[in-house]
Amino acid sequence: MIDAFAKPELRDLVRNFTRREIVPHLGDWERAGEVPRDLHRRAAEVGLLGIGFPEEVGGEGGDLIDSIVVTEEIIQSGGSSGLIAALFTHGIALPHIVAGGDRDLIDRFVRPTLRGELIGCLAVTEPDGGSDVAGIRTTARADGDQYIVNGTKLFITSGARADFATTAVRTGDGLKLLVIQGFTVTRTLEKMGWHCSDTAELSFVDVRVPRGHEVGGIHTLLAHFAAERLSLAVQCYATAQRCLDLTLAWVRDRHTFGRPLASRQLVRHRLAEMARQVDVARTYVRHAARRVASGELLVTEVAMAKNTAVAACDHVVDQAVQLHGGLGYLRDAEVERHYRDARIMGIGGGTTEIMNEIIAKQLGV
Amino acid sequence: MKIVVLVKQVPDSGADRNLRSDDNTVDRASASNVINEMDEYAIEEALRLQEAHGGEVVILTVGPDRATESIRKALSMGPDSAVHVVDDALHGSCAVATSKVLAAAIAQQGADLVICGAESTDGRVQVLPHMIAERLGIAALTGARKLTVDGTSLTIERQTDEGYEVVTASTPALVSVWDTINDPRYPSFKGIMAAKKKPLQTLSLGDLGIAAGEVGFDGATSTVVEHSKRPPRQAGNKIDAGDDGGSKLVEYLASEKFV
Repeated sequence: MIDAFAKPELRDLVRNFTRREIVPHLGDWERAGEVPRDLHRRAAEVGLLGIGFPEEVGGEGGDLIDSIVVTEEIIQSGGSSGLIAALFTHGIALPHIVAGGDRDLIDRFVRPTLRGELIGCLAVTEPDGGSDVAGIRTTARADGDQYIVNGTKLFITSGARADFATTAVRTGDGLKLLVIQGFTVTRTLEKMGWHCSDTAELSFVDVRVPRGHEVGGIHTLLAHFAAERLSLAVQCYATAQRCLDLTLAWVRDRHTFGRPLASRQLVRHRLAEMARQVDVARTYVRHAARRVASGELLVTEVAMAKNTAVAACDHVVDQAVQLHGGLGYLRDAEVERHYRDARIMGIGGGTTEIMNEIIAKQLGV
Repeated sequence: MKIVVLVKQVPDSGADRNLRSDDNTVDRASASNVINEMDEYAIEEALRLQEAHGGEVVILTVGPDRATESIRKALSMGPDSAVHVVDDALHGSCAVATSKVLAAAIAQQGADLVICGAESTDGRVQVLPHMIAERLGIAALTGARKLTVDGTSLTIERQTDEGYEVVTASTPALVSVWDTINDPRYPSFKGIMAAKKKPLQTLSLGDLGIAAGEVGFDGATSTVVEHSKRPPRQAGNKIDAGDDGGSKLVEYLASEKFV
């Protein structure tokens, strides 16, 4: 069987890039609360930012499978899900602009972002509601050839650094997505994990936006949720795999009472259970991803994939910290960072409960 | 200008490397094989010259079938095409025989400039650049840390322990480079996709007019008779920081001629 996810050359490129350009600095970026713009430019130079975007809009080509391989390899080479969130925010900010097809918007926002010169974010969630996009309160009032936008957006990934925000707003004509500049960052939010990924509260006060900046409605928004959820699911099993690898190395080295930890049956069985959960999650998520990549519109299976991967990740990061003992509780121990980073996975991109609602609806209850 | 870059696939110097117990050659089958590190600098230098002066960059590799992986990786950095000399009779070739094969392939390509790494991380003999240049009757500018091209005139800064020497020659010539010369690029995603479609020509010894007996074990000018593992490291001397610790330390350093 040909493994669609093998891609040894791409993995080689991503591994080298991660080890040279990310791993040595990640601790500093975690403390700084953001990644530098220069990282975007470097990643763009080797084509990492453009993967999954067509060449006609300044991308590198490649598909969802290539994007997944990049995510897997960054995390498994010592990166993190927080780093993915910070560096690949354009993965959720740009697809709507690309799908809208407006040449001018593509030239002004998509191309420079894929060159690493601009940073974009996706602004949907509000203080009053998250996954319930129908309840969005930020308004866009038509005024001649412009919209006047007012409202607040919360938990916006890369919002503090963003040059523009693909923003969900309510118009007289229903829910729309607008590409907006000129918003205000009211707060940078401190979080449990994902420290290198800045998260912001954005305020829109009478922001004037050309009507030509409209790039879609609620259906475009919902259609791209699948890719975002799959990406989070991939981050989950990749994080779990990385924690398993780190733990395996540790239990072989660590001796207690004259024997390596790895020789204890209790430890061995825990490792076996971690490995089983990682492999099941990876297999199921990749299966769903292949179907999505081939053009199927999957919703229920993507929700199942996310919940499966989140559960595996939660279990494995917890066991990894436990098996590392006191070391695993130290800041700058890699498993400690993954443990904190992992907690967002069952919350972001639709909570575990929202995923279960989707699955239950499919069951007809 | 046509530039031929020599690329060798070697066992990863960061991992365990062994010689085969049956014929004392490098164990390539069980090793993790990569492009010889210094060759990446050679490729980068060729690509920079191409960007500045135009022309063509061709990768040349002598090695077993599996070396194709490294050739594709080299191509993903940007060169135009590759030539792979592969022949079962090459197994066991010494440096002299290998230089004969490389020189024949370069002559067939008709290169203006040959660039290679100053040494490989497996053999580390550093003689191949000189041997090839001698066989081709062209200048050998070896050990470069800087290369400038002005028309047909080449100038290098030849790196030495004390500093550097400026050496010039005219094309055709061969230049070998150290890792001080540049900072090799990563292959880009587009480069990886494009490399799969780039021309890769495979040549046998017959295609180069070389008889099997001139290379391999039969044609070898040197033979590895036996090999053994490096002995395990011995425990060092421990000097306690007692009253006479200082003088014992000085005695030891003096006995080893450090002071």
